[in-house]
Amino acid sequence: MKYTLSVLVENQPGVLSKVVGLFSRRGFNIDSLAVGETESPETSRITIVVDGDERIVEQVEKQLNKIIPVIKVKNLSAGGKYLSCELCLIKVSCTAAQRPEVIEIANMMRSEIIDVGLKTVTLRFAGTADRAETLFTLLQPYGVREIVRTGTIAMEKGDAVTRGR
Amino acid sequence: MISGAQIMVRCLQEEQVEVAFGYPGAAICPFYDELYHTNIRHVLVRQEQNAAHEASGYARSSGKVGVCIVTSGPGATNLITGLATAYMDSIPLVAISGQVNSELLGRDVFQEADVTGACESFTKHSYLVKNAADLPRIFKEAFAIASTGRPGPVLIDVPVDVQQSLVEGEFSYPAVADIVGYKPRTEGNGLQIKRALTAIQQAKRPLICCGGGVVLAGAREEMKAFARKTGIPIVATMMGIGVIPMDTPQYLGMIGTHGRTYANRAMRESDLILLCGARVGDRAITAPEQIAKNTQIIHIDIDPAEIGKNIPVDIPIVGDIQQVLARFAEKAEPLDIEPWRQTVIGYKTAYIPTGEDREDCVEPRSFIRALSRMMDDTAILVADVGQNQIWSARNFNVKEGRFLTSGGLGTMGYALPAAIGAKIAKPHRQVVAICGDGSFQMSMMELATACQQQVPVKLILMDNSRLGMVKELQDKLYGSRYEATLLDGNPDFVQLCRSYGITAVRAESNRQAEEYAAEMLRSEGPYVLVCRVDPDTPTI
Repeated sequence: MKYTLSVLVENQPGVLSKVVGLFSRRGFNIDSLAVGETESPETSRITIVVDGDERIVEQVEKQLNKIIPVIKVKNLSAGGKYLSCELCLIKVSCTAAQRPEVIEIANMMRSEIIDVGLKTVTLRFAGTADRAETLFTLLQPYGVREIVRTGTIAMEKGDAVTRGR
Repeated sequence: MISGAQIMVRCLQEEQVEVAFGYPGAAICPFYDELYHTNIRHVLVRQEQNAAHEASGYARSSGKVGVCIVTSGPGATNLITGLATAYMDSIPLVAISGQVNSELLGRDVFQEADVTGACESFTKHSYLVKNAADLPRIFKEAFAIASTGRPGPVLIDVPVDVQQSLVEGEFSYPAVADIVGYKPRTEGNGLQIKRALTAIQQAKRPLICCGGGVVLAGAREEMKAFARKTGIPIVATMMGIGVIPMDTPQYLGMIGTHGRTYANRAMRESDLILLCGARVGDRAITAPEQIAKNTQIIHIDIDPAEIGKNIPVDIPIVGDIQQVLARFAEKAEPLDIEPWRQTVIGYKTAYIPTGEDREDCVEPRSFIRALSRMMDDTAILVADVGQNQIWSARNFNVKEGRFLTSGGLGTMGYALPAAIGAKIAKPHRQVVAICGDGSFQMSMMELATACQQQVPVKLILMDNSRLGMVKELQDKLYGSRYEATLLDGNPDFVQLCRSYGITAVRAESNRQAEEYAAEMLRSEGPYVLVCRVDPDTPTI
């Protein structure tokens, strides 16, 4: 099963490498990892999607908490509802004749065409990982040349926030 | 105006550091030049790894943070094994390393090594200092992180230009370390403690498993009080040796691969195990899942990540063992477990110790038992790694003293430097190191340190001209093909030690070894007792 963790860290050099190092060292599997500054320039947030069972994800949380610059770890998949999305760029083979079909798929999936070449079109998609997969499947017959994904970012639903003290 | 190096020295003074173990080099010279002006005792080691081991022996015996200092590049990389050793055994250290000029970082200049990167998995935390003005905060944090919660080594890497740079204003040291993401929980959850006590009350065959965390937390008295009140039988991991003296009837000794059979049997037959500061390492508990299947597990640890890591737990208690056990001792009531007690005490009484005195060589197991009887109650025994470690762990009775060894990483060469550190911390206590001829040769250069510093360390060298533990493994599993376990080419250890001006003798029988041991314990200066041991002596 996949678990989404929201990890609030101090915004200082080396923190990301500590987090990533922990995963490889302890043999945890990362599906995706996205990092960026938060509302405060002193903190960054790392959203990690982990593949494993409940016991593994519990160890991941505890081990992350042991890293000194880690301020808070929240397992968003545990109980509460959360919003998640990721950004993808997809370059797909597309002849002039196929363009209308690809445009239709793009519209249907609320994806935007941001570049057109002689043999390809490039789409931008923002949404859940699930919907991204659907889009890739629909584009597969045309020949997907390249996909770039940011990895999932996530946030609790409603008024709840994941903050330090 | 004050320089970075001056700040570093002032920080050590603020932390009441009396001794530092180190080895200089160009990148740490500004710091050493300031150290020259202080009364902090500097112990010059002969190889950087031993700086960490000596600081470790010092920290474990004094209860203070051990400090070690190295230069950049090879100085720092040599230190790593020492840091990893301390990390695995949760020993509080602050290691200071010099680093190349910060302008040159990342250019692979002379003696540059990314030591904070390399040590990431062997330190509790590390700092690469960019600005001398940050030094007071960093030192304050480093000492706090090293010594609180689950202790461990912290590394501070200081580029040489940061040491040289000048900071405006007066030196001021923060009163407290305020680290937003670091708040160790010390007080156990009241409800969980209550649940645990109820479970203990209902258990028919309860057992306490005492780990290194009990020693680190200084919870020896609390453990004794709780055990006395309830009468629960106790076993220990190798790191938990010394909390309860071996002659306590309800104490069954060390568990694990090299432990007492009856202690392991008690683990299997119990219906409730109270794990105290034990991380359930594979050498201590081989099949944790198997044990957890039939037994209720209560786990007390200050590190939440240890709970549930290696064994499923029924009642977890995160907190300082001393505080939790004090509450246990206060609230617990005498238990009705006499049949169980008699059963396990019966196992223990039926056991006949292995190894008998010999006249053609020294039988190490019976000699260590004899040594144990000769030594003070408060003595500190430092065991190295290999057969000598297990002989010591199984046969030395630690009463009010300490048993120091590299339990987690199993670093050969630990005993001599750790004993030097321990003796510096406790100059009036007996400190004896036991090592093999393999492990001795990994750190024998520290004899010079002992001589230079006039540390009267006592060393017993079990010489079987083999890497005994690996040889035994080859006997059991690899058809006695002794590839790379014969230590031919060993020097004459007695002559070698004498060349340092150290009293050294060689014993060829148990009687002789005991006579020399008595002389060793009476002697003023360093003393090395080489014991000729039969290479076929078993570990257990």
